[in-house]
Amino acid sequence: MKNIGVDVMETKETKEKKEKVPRQKMPEQDPKKRIQNFEEVPFGYTEETAIIEAKRCIQCKKPACIAGCPVDVKIPEFIKEIAEGNFIESAKVLKETNSLPAVCGRVCPQEDQCEKTCILGKKGEPVAIGRLERFAADYERKSGKVSVPAVAKSNGKKVAIAGAGPSGLTIAGDLAKLGYDVTIFEALHKSGGVLVYGIPEFRLPKAIVEAEVEGLRNLGVKIETNYVIGRTKTIDELFEEGFQAVFIGVGAGAPVFMNIPGENLIGIYSANEYLTRSNLMKAYRFPEYDTPIVRGKRVAVIGGGNVAMDSVRTALRLGAERAMIIYRRTEVEMPARKEEVHHAQEEGVEFLMLTAPVEYIGNKDGWVTGMKCLKMELGEPDASGRRSPKPIKGSEYVIDVDTVVVAVGTVANPIVPATTKGLEVNKWGYIVAKDESGLTSREGIYAGGDIVTGAATVILAMGAGRKAANAIHEYLSKK
Amino acid sequence: MNKIVENKKLSENVVKMVFEAPVIAQKRKAGQFIVLKIDEKGERIPLTIVDSDAQKGTLTIIYQIVGKTTAKLSQMKAGDSLQDVQGPLGNPTEIENFGRVVCVGGGVGVGVVYPLIVALKKAGNEVISIIGSRTKDLLILEKEIGENSDRLIVTTDDGSYGVHGFVSAVLQEMIDKGEKIDHVFAIGPVPMMRVICDVTKPHGIKTVVSLNSIMVDATGMCGACRVSVGGKTKFTCVDGPEFDGHEVDFKLLSDRLKTYCESEREAYEKHRCGCDGN
Repeated sequence: MKNIGVDVMETKETKEKKEKVPRQKMPEQDPKKRIQNFEEVPFGYTEETAIIEAKRCIQCKKPACIAGCPVDVKIPEFIKEIAEGNFIESAKVLKETNSLPAVCGRVCPQEDQCEKTCILGKKGEPVAIGRLERFAADYERKSGKVSVPAVAKSNGKKVAIAGAGPSGLTIAGDLAKLGYDVTIFEALHKSGGVLVYGIPEFRLPKAIVEAEVEGLRNLGVKIETNYVIGRTKTIDELFEEGFQAVFIGVGAGAPVFMNIPGENLIGIYSANEYLTRSNLMKAYRFPEYDTPIVRGKRVAVIGGGNVAMDSVRTALRLGAERAMIIYRRTEVEMPARKEEVHHAQEEGVEFLMLTAPVEYIGNKDGWVTGMKCLKMELGEPDASGRRSPKPIKGSEYVIDVDTVVVAVGTVANPIVPATTKGLEVNKWGYIVAKDESGLTSREGIYAGGDIVTGAATVILAMGAGRKAANAIHEYLSKK
Repeated sequence: MNKIVENKKLSENVVKMVFEAPVIAQKRKAGQFIVLKIDEKGERIPLTIVDSDAQKGTLTIIYQIVGKTTAKLSQMKAGDSLQDVQGPLGNPTEIENFGRVVCVGGGVGVGVVYPLIVALKKAGNEVISIIGSRTKDLLILEKEIGENSDRLIVTTDDGSYGVHGFVSAVLQEMIDKGEKIDHVFAIGPVPMMRVICDVTKPHGIKTVVSLNSIMVDATGMCGACRVSVGGKTKFTCVDGPEFDGHEVDFKLLSDRLKTYCESEREAYEKHRCGCDGN
């Protein structure tokens, strides 16, 4: 026994000696301070920490991380450049396959993708691929030496893209590089889609999105804002005007409400509206900016996804004294990224788990004042594999609220399918498109991102844009 | 882009603006609207398209000065540009030959009902227009509507011009006299639309109203404009803006329109004293 004990100790000691450098942390704004501003929470790596972290990568011969990336970023290659101090080169490697590295470095769920498959993660902590990606992209942008990728000679073929979100921006970049004449039609007055209206400044500074969009313009991509496909022009009209292929990347933009009594009371927002007011319209800077927003003191956000976390953290920054997440399952089942939940907890968000609203109560002027909730318990797993919540009888109680944000998901916006003949949609209204190409039921029309898959992630939408770019290139090369 | 051609006061607080928007001018139909944003820090506001000239590529809107944005809009001059104009949005009015149609417009709603009058007349309807304002000086488009209607009745609340009283009283009188009415369009302040619907409902006269809910994106994305119609939640921007008035919950609409009253007052006051920097 004694011997074994010594053995164990020795192994531990050797391990400690060999203990590689730990995964480098990113410094962050103090939670108490940051809830008083909308500035970005993490500061990013310094050059020194980036190099230390990059050196942790063991440069696998067969890198598993790449397989975990929807756009096949050459991960070991870009990390090697950082390790050697070639930051600009590193960004160049990233941009070969990822047109929005500064965005992905911030909002990708790396823990479920590249970092999940990182070999170091098997025994310890994976390489902080996302943080390194962010570092390289930021370094390049701040250096003012942003490289413009090589653009093939113009082939004169026109491609239209509906929606300037992650999938649309990706396909636009890819096709422009191949020599296509690309025009993006964006419904809102600003490009970026969810990156500008949905994700808050404190998680993704809008200047970064603007820089990425500017990069596309430098590739020759034309962007028409305030242009609602289906209203301003239909897809068939675009074909009549000489576009030879169209990509639909309009997102799953319609909000879901729960259809419970009182849901139209004043002070009850969809997450889309709440976030659009704050992010796109900069209502957090009212009255300097003209768009107002209700600055609630007791704010309940319904839902457990990233959008719910963004909403509740926005509520705190708008001055909420009590900011609550109301979720009908438990923290384990919450679809939000761990990092977002952690940030929300640090900032003082209350998590009311196993709770579901059943009715809203209002005053005579129509403002919401309370939310009747039921306590839930978890039953058998449902179709999604998560244990389904069941209400506990007689558990009703009322929570005082003055603002509610409903963040329980989105559905397809029907404008494009409704105005495009022969475009097949599924029973939820999402456009039917082939996995490998994004081809829809109509020749020359491709689709990708949330309008095909339902609400998903930025990077998956980008992956869909990439595949559709290849498919359109193949299609138009034969024409 | 979106260059202003004309920005002229029709009355003390109602302004007519003509500006360039060639793509929308080609496409728009009666009943549709645009969203405009004046400048970088501006808010997005929905405004009904009153008229268009496809040849010149211009749109006409009529707005009332009620807050900071409309006050700023009224100070713009021919040659200035609006930063953003999006449209045409919403469903066009369902225009058909109903027979005898009464079009009721109140206040700035007179501007909104005008394109319907033109389209209904063109579709072969007998159009009776009832337009009203608080006082004579606030009355707009009397001549234009007169030219496009078979009969025009003007009312003022204070009796300074035309019939003394509300537009609803004129409609009530027509019904009481047994005049045949096949269809009613009513556009104006919420209380006016509500009263018109109260007048027509007992007689089963189909009444269409155009709602002016608060909007942000106006493409079905945010739900700010939700209204209750026949007990179901609808989005004014994509399901409307026109609805069966007998099914609309006007109390909810009028409550929701007050959401930002305080903020709007604050912004307007700061703007008027020049302390908002723009």
